[in-house]
Amino acid sequence: MSANAPVAVEAAPAYPARWLRGAGFIAVRVLKALLTVAVVVTLTFFMIRLMPGNPIDVYIHQLIAQYGIPLAEARNLAAALFSLDLNEPLWRQYLRFLGNLTQGDLGMSFLSPGTPVSTMIGRFLPWTIFSVGTGLLLSFSLGVGLGMVLAYRRGSWFDQALSALGSVFSSVPNYLVAMLILVLFGVQWPLLPIHQMRGVLSPGMRPSLSFEFFADVLYHAALPVATYVITTVGYWMLTMKNSTLSTLEEDYVTVARARGLSDRRIVTAYVGRNASLPLFTQLTITAGFVVGGSLLIESIFVYQGIGLLLINSINQRDYPVMQGVFLLITVSVILANLLTDLVYARIDPRIRLQGSA
Amino acid sequence: MAAQALAARRLGRFGLVLRSSSGRVGLAGVVFFILLVTAGPLVVPLDTKADISAIYQPPSLQHPLGTDHQGRDIFSQIVHGGRGLLYVAALAGLLSTFVAVTLGSLSAYIGGRFDSLMMAVTDVVLTIPQFPLLAVLSGFIRLTSQTALAAIIGLLSWPMLLRAVRAQVLSLKEREFIEAARALGLGTGYIVFAEVLPNMLGYIVINLIFAMTSAMYSQVGLIFLGLVPLSGNNWAVMINLAWVRGAIFFRDSLCYIMSPIAAIALFQLCLVWLSRALEEVYNPRLGRGV
Repeated sequence: MSANAPVAVEAAPAYPARWLRGAGFIAVRVLKALLTVAVVVTLTFFMIRLMPGNPIDVYIHQLIAQYGIPLAEARNLAAALFSLDLNEPLWRQYLRFLGNLTQGDLGMSFLSPGTPVSTMIGRFLPWTIFSVGTGLLLSFSLGVGLGMVLAYRRGSWFDQALSALGSVFSSVPNYLVAMLILVLFGVQWPLLPIHQMRGVLSPGMRPSLSFEFFADVLYHAALPVATYVITTVGYWMLTMKNSTLSTLEEDYVTVARARGLSDRRIVTAYVGRNASLPLFTQLTITAGFVVGGSLLIESIFVYQGIGLLLINSINQRDYPVMQGVFLLITVSVILANLLTDLVYARIDPRIRLQGSA
Repeated sequence: MAAQALAARRLGRFGLVLRSSSGRVGLAGVVFFILLVTAGPLVVPLDTKADISAIYQPPSLQHPLGTDHQGRDIFSQIVHGGRGLLYVAALAGLLSTFVAVTLGSLSAYIGGRFDSLMMAVTDVVLTIPQFPLLAVLSGFIRLTSQTALAAIIGLLSWPMLLRAVRAQVLSLKEREFIEAARALGLGTGYIVFAEVLPNMLGYIVINLIFAMTSAMYSQVGLIFLGLVPLSGNNWAVMINLAWVRGAIFFRDSLCYIMSPIAAIALFQLCLVWLSRALEEVYNPRLGRGV
C-alpha cells in the first residue's frame, strides 16, 4: 500500500475478498495449464514437420518409389493422413492443425488405413486411465494408512521390516518388477496363467453391467495394477511416515493432548489430516511418472492401453498415431496436475493465499 | 588455513554417511559396481565362444552364473555389460546437473524477468512426461551412439534439480557472506560459482546420484523396448534379447534373465540407499546442510 493512501483505507481489508482470491488462484493455474498444452501441441506439430527424418516427406517418397504414384497425388495422400494441406505455408498448416485439433481430429493412421487416430485413442485410453488410476488410488491410500501406522510404531520390527521393503521396491525400476512377476510367478512357479491374463478382456467378453464383466476387467488389469502398487506404495508409506513424525512434534498436537482429546480424534482430525496434506502435491508427479511407465508395463503384460499403442506406433513408424498419443498422454498429465492443484487448494487454504499473491 | 578446516569438516560430514546401515551398504555396493564395470573387464575375459553342448547350464564353479542360449558364460557378460550403462548414466547425470545448477543458480541470483522466464520453461518441461517423450524422439532420431543417448536423456531431465537449486540459492543469497561479497563489488558469476555453489556441494552430489538413477531407468527402458538399437554387451540388451526371443518363457533360462535384472536392480538400489544416507547428512531442511 502506498504511503500517501488515505487513512480510512487502512481500516479496510488489505486483501481482495476471499472468493476473489480463490478465483484468481484458479485462473492462474488454468492459464498455466493451457500455456503448457499450447507449447506441447506446437512442439508435436513441428517435431513431425522439422525433425531430421521428416515423416511426411519420407511417406511421400515411399509412395512414389514403391507404388509409382505421381508426386501431386502422393502429397495429397500424405496430406489427408495428417489432415494438413501441404500446399499451404507452414504457419497456415499449423493453424489448420490447431483448428482440426479443437474438433478432435488428429489425422488418420498410416497402418490401419481409414482409422482416425482419435478412434484408436478412444479404444485404448480408457484401459490406461482405469489401470493407472486404480493403481495410484490403491497405492496412495494404502501408503498413507501404513505410513501412519509405521510412524506410531517406529522402531518396532514391523516398522523396520516394512520400511526396508518399501525402500527396496520404490528403488527398483517398475518394469523390472513387472518382469520379475512374469518370470517368477508366470514361468518358474507357474501360479499365474499369464497368457490368459494378457489383453484387457477375455475373448468374447462384451461390456455389460454384469458381475462377469467386472470380474474379467479386474482379472486382466490385476498384473499392471499390482505392479503400479508395488512400485509406488513404498514411496507413499515412507513419505507419510516422515510427515506424520514431524506433525507429531507440532505444538497443536501437544495442545490437543493436553486438552485431553481422545487418541482417536487426535490421530484422524489432527495428525492424519495435516500429515497427509503435503502428499497431495506429489500425487501429480507420481501420476506423470506412472503414466510414463505404463509404456513399459503395458508392453510387458500385453495390456492394450495407450502405452502399448504408443510403443507399437513408434515401432511401426505410424507417425500420426505417435503424435496423437503423445499429445494425449501429455495433456492428461497436465490435467492431472491442474486437478491436484485445485483439490489441494480446496483442502489447504494456505496454498490458495500464496498462489494468488 | 580456513579452506583446509573446511575440507576436513566436509570429509567428517561425509563420514556420517557410514553411520547408517543403508549408507554403508549403499556406498559399498556402489563402489563394488563401479569396480565391477571398470576393472572387471580387464580381469575377466568375455566369453564369445558358442558351445552347443553347454546350453543353459546351471551355475557351477566354472560358470558362476551358468550359461546362455549359446552355451556362453553369463558371468563374463555381466562383467562386461555394465560399462556402457554406467557411462550413459554418468554422462546424462553430469549433463543435467550442469544445466540445472548453472541455470538454477543464475535464475535465483539474477531474479526478475530472467527468473520468471526460466521458471515458466522449467514448469513446461517438468510437466511433459519424460519417458514417452524419449520414446517418441527415438522414433525420429536413430540413437545408435551411447553419447547421443546420454545427451538426450541429460538435456531433458534438469527441471526438478533446477527448482531445488534455485530454492537453495534463494535462501543462500540472503546470508551475510554473500551480501559482503556483493558489497565488495565481486561479479555475479564469481559470487554464484565461487561463493554460493561450494556451499551446496553435498546437495548437488545427492541430486547427481538421483539424476543418474533416473537416467539409468530411462536408458534401460528404451533399450528393453528395442527403441534404442544398441548392440554389444549390455545388461539392458541382455534383457531385451531374452524378451524378444521369448527366453523368459523358458524355464531353464532363469539365470540368464535374472542376472541382468538383478544387476540393474541392485545397482539402482545401492545408488538410492547411498543418496538417502547422504541426504540425511546434507539435507538443508534439517538445518545442518549449509
